[in-house]
Amino acid sequence: MANFERGEQMHAPLTDLPLSFDNASVRAGAVTILDRISLAIAPGAPTLLIGPNGSGKSTLVRLGMGLIEATSGRVLWGGHTSDDGERRAVVFQRPVMLRRTAAANVAYALASRSAAAGAMPGRVEELLKAVGLGALAGRPARRLSGGEQQRLALARALARDPEVLFLDEPTASLDPASTKAVEDIIRVTAASGVKIVMATHDLGQARRLAGDVVFLVRGRLVEHAGAECFFTSPATPEAAAFLRGDLVI
Amino acid sequence: MTEGVSALELVLGGDANLYSIVWLSLYVSLCAVALAALVGFPLGALVALVRFPGRSFLVVVLNAFMGLPPVVVGLAVFLLLSRSGPLGSFGILFTPRAMIFAQALLVLPIIAALARLTIEELWSEYRDELTAMRIGPAGRVTTLLWDARFSLVTTLLAGFGRAAAEVGTVMIVGGNIDGFTRTMTTAIALETSKGDLPLAMGLGLVLITLVILVNAFAWGVRRYGELRAG
Repeated sequence: MANFERGEQMHAPLTDLPLSFDNASVRAGAVTILDRISLAIAPGAPTLLIGPNGSGKSTLVRLGMGLIEATSGRVLWGGHTSDDGERRAVVFQRPVMLRRTAAANVAYALASRSAAAGAMPGRVEELLKAVGLGALAGRPARRLSGGEQQRLALARALARDPEVLFLDEPTASLDPASTKAVEDIIRVTAASGVKIVMATHDLGQARRLAGDVVFLVRGRLVEHAGAECFFTSPATPEAAAFLRGDLVI
Repeated sequence: MTEGVSALELVLGGDANLYSIVWLSLYVSLCAVALAALVGFPLGALVALVRFPGRSFLVVVLNAFMGLPPVVVGLAVFLLLSRSGPLGSFGILFTPRAMIFAQALLVLPIIAALARLTIEELWSEYRDELTAMRIGPAGRVTTLLWDARFSLVTTLLAGFGRAAAEVGTVMIVGGNIDGFTRTMTTAIALETSKGDLPLAMGLGLVLITLVILVNAFAWGVRRYGELRAG
């Protein structure tokens, strides 16, 4: 995997971390999707959001990304509530490919960050190589395989030079080889200083990638702990049951 | 049968009168579609993306106006452009420019309404990604129009079909002046009534061939686009 050495603009001061949820709730009508979440996500190793289906992981990703607003409570990015979101990026479980080539998809994301036009072709190539798609630059993005599309979505997200990269179950529908390729990119990205906040229901993946774990059940934050501590001695019965493979309802 | 043979002779023999009518018809219809697309695509995209008071009413009006009676549009444009009308000072009544203007008005609702449908569908797919990339309203419109470009070719075709086939509007605002504002459809109507069936049939033949060729070209463009851009 090519390295992720990044350009000058990567050294901009951190502005979005810590990411803090202050008693934040999200409701849709009578349904509470997230229930008074208080949580601080600091720079460092990847934060993995885990929990059974319907626990609110994806909603927490969207809230943290600023795609939705809290019904009550608030979200603070680096201590401020203003949401310019310039240095946040997200990869969805099923990313939508623009009807263009792989290279044009990355170029589009670069342009959205007002990257210098002259530097763009080189940067596009660099990003595509970094995710192992250098040879597929001219291929229509929608004709790539699921794993390739997911890697392209990562390249597109990285083109935005994020300080925080949200990933919403990015490997949920991928085969093991594609999953490994995506995980490798996530590791290299995290090592380059990008904060990864990733939702997954795959415990093995959480063990492989997590620096800390946020465990959610039915929209409630049940436990937030360092990965080692969480996996070896969970503090709550729900987390223990989830790790045993029991159904947590 | 003899009229059919004469019609073919006119077409294959490159009859100057016939082909001057064909070129004018093409010129008027293509200009009208281009003009309508220039307004209709952004209008359709805006209606698809922006929520504003009266939007639903506008959607209903656009949909309803897809079936505007050409003679009514012709009459309205005639009143606008006639010497005593608000745009009478332009002095373009009974000219190809008046015909382009009238046909563009006729085609505009078709292009805007179909573009709205296409863009709205694409927006529901792209919303999360474009929002996450912080793309502003103008960027969204241009992105969606560009990415829907191959679907929008069909919209252009619908507009062209409407423009190329209509008689009433161009008859009223163009006046069907020989060698100046006579189009294929108005000429077919006139020559049939005069009993000059070979010319009418020849023009009909050319009209149908042109419509098939334009559709084939558009299909080719769309197919090529799908292969190239996915």
